[in-house]
Amino acid sequence: MSNEVSVATLRQYGGNGVANAAQRKRKLAVTSEGRRPGWVSYTYLTIALLLVIFPLYYAFSIASQPTPDTQYGPQALKFGSGLFTNLSNAFEELGYWHALGGTFMVSAVCSVTTVLFATLAGYSFSKLSFRGRKGLLLFVVATMAIPTQLAVVPLFVLMNKLHLFGSLWAVVIPGIVTAFGVFWMTQYLEGALPYELIEAARMDGASMIRTFWNVAIPAARPAMAMLFLFTFVAQWTNYFWPTIILGPNKGNMLTTAAAALKGAHFTDYTLIMSGVILTAAPLIILFFFMGRQLVSGIMAGAVKG
Amino acid sequence: MSATPVAPNKPPQSPPPARDDAYERKLRARGRRGRFDVKASPYLYISPFFLLFLLVGLFPLLYTGWIATRNWNTLTGDGGVAVCGLICNSTEPSIWANFQWVMHQHVFWIALRNTFSIFALSTIPQIIMALILAAILDANLKAKTFWRMGVLLPYVIAPSAAAIIFSQIFSDQGGLINTVIGWIGLDPIRWHANTLASHIAIATIVNFRWTGYNTLILLAAMQAIPRDVFEAAVVDGAGRFRQFFSVTIPMLRPTLIFVIITSTIGGLQIFDEPQLFTQGTSGYGGHSNQFLTVSLFLWNQGFNSVTPGTPNLGRAAAAAWILFVIVVIFAVLNYVLTQRIASDAGPKQRKKKKAVAR
Repeated sequence: MSNEVSVATLRQYGGNGVANAAQRKRKLAVTSEGRRPGWVSYTYLTIALLLVIFPLYYAFSIASQPTPDTQYGPQALKFGSGLFTNLSNAFEELGYWHALGGTFMVSAVCSVTTVLFATLAGYSFSKLSFRGRKGLLLFVVATMAIPTQLAVVPLFVLMNKLHLFGSLWAVVIPGIVTAFGVFWMTQYLEGALPYELIEAARMDGASMIRTFWNVAIPAARPAMAMLFLFTFVAQWTNYFWPTIILGPNKGNMLTTAAAALKGAHFTDYTLIMSGVILTAAPLIILFFFMGRQLVSGIMAGAVKG
Repeated sequence: MSATPVAPNKPPQSPPPARDDAYERKLRARGRRGRFDVKASPYLYISPFFLLFLLVGLFPLLYTGWIATRNWNTLTGDGGVAVCGLICNSTEPSIWANFQWVMHQHVFWIALRNTFSIFALSTIPQIIMALILAAILDANLKAKTFWRMGVLLPYVIAPSAAAIIFSQIFSDQGGLINTVIGWIGLDPIRWHANTLASHIAIATIVNFRWTGYNTLILLAAMQAIPRDVFEAAVVDGAGRFRQFFSVTIPMLRPTLIFVIITSTIGGLQIFDEPQLFTQGTSGYGGHSNQFLTVSLFLWNQGFNSVTPGTPNLGRAAAAAWILFVIVVIFAVLNYVLTQRIASDAGPKQRKKKKAVAR
């Protein structure tokens, strides 16, 4: 194997076609990835996928029942004719645009600020030298272990004092930057940004912030994109803190609005399921476009640590 | 900040003689500014995190400690040092009164038991399923990305939304599962009313969301195992299953422990699923608290407006501290376990400490 020509060399001399063919062949021959999985594997995977899809299908089929009478039993599995009526009722009842706007605002603001501040801090922790660096970084890691539950009581009091009870800002503020984000960016930049690049920029007379902007940010971009996605999903699906601090204004965000819908119509699941579908839909649609990145982000995070 | 550096491309030692004085001065000024820049910038860059942490992390941490000692009505505010009252035969104000009160609640211990039960029922099957799925995905599959995205799909569905869907699937009367069970000819299971059944149902909601996620983490770790280890095993005559149990699993230990730690921290705080699993008008956590968890208990004490009596933030804070101690004990246990396994036999080249936001 050692005297084989590398794929990169093949690409240079033989062109893309030859190189890709060689790569495929070598993968098959050498790695255990080369095991050709039989139908058993595909069967398992198909079952797993059906288990994933099925609850979503069931939500749709209940939401499509014309009356709540058929929301139980076998008839709930058959698609009915009421889907659009129920969806539009739930749409009204949720105040959908309002809730969507709120959730989107919170997710977007938190993601942007988290990425920005985490990248700044991660750059500082991984590439700049200053007194107390190690201790402070350890501190950041330690704060990740503090459960949300420990903070909700005093934050509730604090937000009330700031007259933010019921406001979206009360949801945004604790999410402006996360310890996880700082840790994630520190880990990534540690390996992805060579000191030489920073020194070169400094030699060329760039200020610290300019070095950060023109050298660190381009190097950090892939990890920033992942962090953005993770934060966005985490904020979008957040329920515990919003349900406490939004108080009577549960219509301000999607998760709480859906829960409020359940509280108000606890016997009519055609309406409740329609609400759940409406609140889950935006992220599912986003997943079709960004799912690939999410997959590689999770896998990269698992290996790098 | 010097936003527009002059950036001389010529070496500084040969400046044009005409601008000599001005240039020197500029350089010196930049040097001073530069030194300050170098010294202060690192702190400046980490300051947003620490400022926010002071506000929403450290201050709350200390403040919860304070509130936990007070008789703090959620609506009317601080009412002096807490008194435990009848339940522990004490009318003396004491800073430990709220803790005593919580510990004397029968319901709290039920909640603790439920939390552990749901945690065990969700973590163990979840990791086994994730391992199997990861092993299947760690092959030269067709449409790799499709399958990986497929198992990850539930991750973008909010636990609260999943809980609402599953509360209907597990409905006691006429729910889907009971319908299917009826076809087989068995009696319906009371998924909400029965303690163990409700724990299984709630654990299913957790597994629904997190199995795929953990699968991908384990898959990434599996792909990082050097392939020559497998080749050596094959040479020694190991079959597929022998390879999985004698090579893959031992090499995965650090990752497995990481997955267990994150599941532990997440699992002990479980709230969304049991709260929205509640059906009809029975109280949150079930009419006889059969699926009340510690977080739900905390919320009931402090924030649920229909709590009999008055919602009391002091008691909620005390419950939060007790939960925190439990989480810390588990984290330390996990840490010790990790250390031991890492020094035993596991692969030493990589340490798993990365957590992915939950």
